[in-house]
Amino acid sequence: MNAWLARHLQTLVGSLGRLSQQPIATALTVLVMGIALALPACLDVLVRNAQAAGGSWDRALDVSVYLKQSVDADSAARLADKLRQRSDVKAVQLIKADEALQEFREHSGFGEALAALSNNPLPHTLVVTPAENGASPTALANLRDELSKLSEVEVVQLDTDWVQRYLAMLDTVRRLVTMVAVLLAVGVVVIVGNTIRLDIQNRRDEIEVTKLVGGSDAFVRRPFLYCGVWYGLGGGILAWLVVTVAVALLAGPVQRIAGLYGSTFNLSGLGFVGGIELLALGVVLGWLGSFAAATRHLRAIEPR
Amino acid sequence: MNATAVAQPMIRFQSVAKRYPNGREALSNLTLDVAAGEMVFLTGHSGAGKSTLLKLLALIERPTRGSLIVNGQNLATITRRKIPAYRRQLGMVFQDHKLLADRSIFDNVSLPLVVANTPPRDIGKRVRAALDQVGLLKYEQAKPIELSTGEQQRVGLARAVVTKPPLLIADEPTGNLDPDLSLEVMNIFKRFQEVGVTVLIASHNVQLIEQFNARRIHLEGGRLLEQSNDGASPLFDPTRLLDQAGVKQDSAS
Repeated sequence: MNAWLARHLQTLVGSLGRLSQQPIATALTVLVMGIALALPACLDVLVRNAQAAGGSWDRALDVSVYLKQSVDADSAARLADKLRQRSDVKAVQLIKADEALQEFREHSGFGEALAALSNNPLPHTLVVTPAENGASPTALANLRDELSKLSEVEVVQLDTDWVQRYLAMLDTVRRLVTMVAVLLAVGVVVIVGNTIRLDIQNRRDEIEVTKLVGGSDAFVRRPFLYCGVWYGLGGGILAWLVVTVAVALLAGPVQRIAGLYGSTFNLSGLGFVGGIELLALGVVLGWLGSFAAATRHLRAIEPR
Repeated sequence: MNATAVAQPMIRFQSVAKRYPNGREALSNLTLDVAAGEMVFLTGHSGAGKSTLLKLLALIERPTRGSLIVNGQNLATITRRKIPAYRRQLGMVFQDHKLLADRSIFDNVSLPLVVANTPPRDIGKRVRAALDQVGLLKYEQAKPIELSTGEQQRVGLARAVVTKPPLLIADEPTGNLDPDLSLEVMNIFKRFQEVGVTVLIASHNVQLIEQFNARRIHLEGGRLLEQSNDGASPLFDPTRLLDQAGVKQDSAS
């Protein structure tokens, strides 16, 4: 087991040594891969931030539940408590009829006209804030329907058209990002594969001799596989750098815009886990590309 | 596998023919045995089939007809995947030494050991032993380009024997060398044969070969023309060859 590990480590280090002997060529390949990986990484960060931003539009997702006139304040309070127990409800605010009237008087401009009314036409109102998991269009519709069925409820109002549009757009963008990411992943695999192919051609003599003295396919292939791994890792690191710099450059302006809209939203980057995922992705794609190319092209080289 | 023989031959060609895709028949109806520990010279002009014969042994090519058994293994049963394992039993020397220019002499000679997963601590010992046998221990860290042609050839020889294979094949190993060096290299081969290695050397250097008391196999046009047996081997039976090969043998040779 130790010998196996030692062999693989030796090949891993040896491959790195070989790559460093051709610094320019290696750098170019890493650069291309880094850019190819940075693009989906940036888009992913964009989508994640957009989702987070969308999440802070809590207020706009509130469901207004207008109770029947016959329902008194205590029943309303009890209903509010009951609704707070629901898993898809984050918070319930009870606006009593008097408070509602007062607010209406202050904000609507009908102050004098309202004075002419002898009794309060407004019902008690519950403002239900759905939980994060209940923020999808279907879940909201579900909540609205269930609330409508309650005996105390007169009307349920859910004015979230624009949020639904936003979420729908986000979904589309997410799909677009996935497609772009898949295409670029294919691109990365092809780039690595091509570089490895050229590498193999340059080392033709060495490969022939190694096969002649009895080197197995796996033995001959190993150094090329590890080259692919190093390319992938290098590309991943470069992509991570690009994303980090981009986020750093945009953080200030984004914060300012958010502030102007009254939000405390902050642009967040890949984070530690995201960074590791990016590196791992680079390594996996690099390995895949070199595996495919090496297996195919090494087969063609036999001692003559 | 001959049940009546005292010992199995190291190499057994039985009616082997090799026709290349372009139609050229490099070997025709070749039947011969080489005993273990024997030294055999393969002679003939260029194009006679010597290299093809050696390529068949190295499984670089496969026969179009006939069977070839080496060290008890029927080569037809060796699939592509198993070829590397088979080749590890052979030591091969070529006219163009086939050394890796960007590696040291040590790395070149150790390649067969690395390929065979020899433990790292043993590699050093065995490489040095092999280099010592060819008298090139001092060049361990040099690059091939720094050595003369004769020395490079000897490094190739060291690489061929470093794993102590039972069978050593050489294709024109003295082709690039002057007479003194050629004799030196042949003597090294002889030394290996004396410790039990089966040695098969293809060479058109007749004067050199005559200095050695070893069996000679002469090929011409892909056919086995004559064999002179200077050392009796129980497996070499002319009458059997006549029967099997169906080739009219010149009784004068």
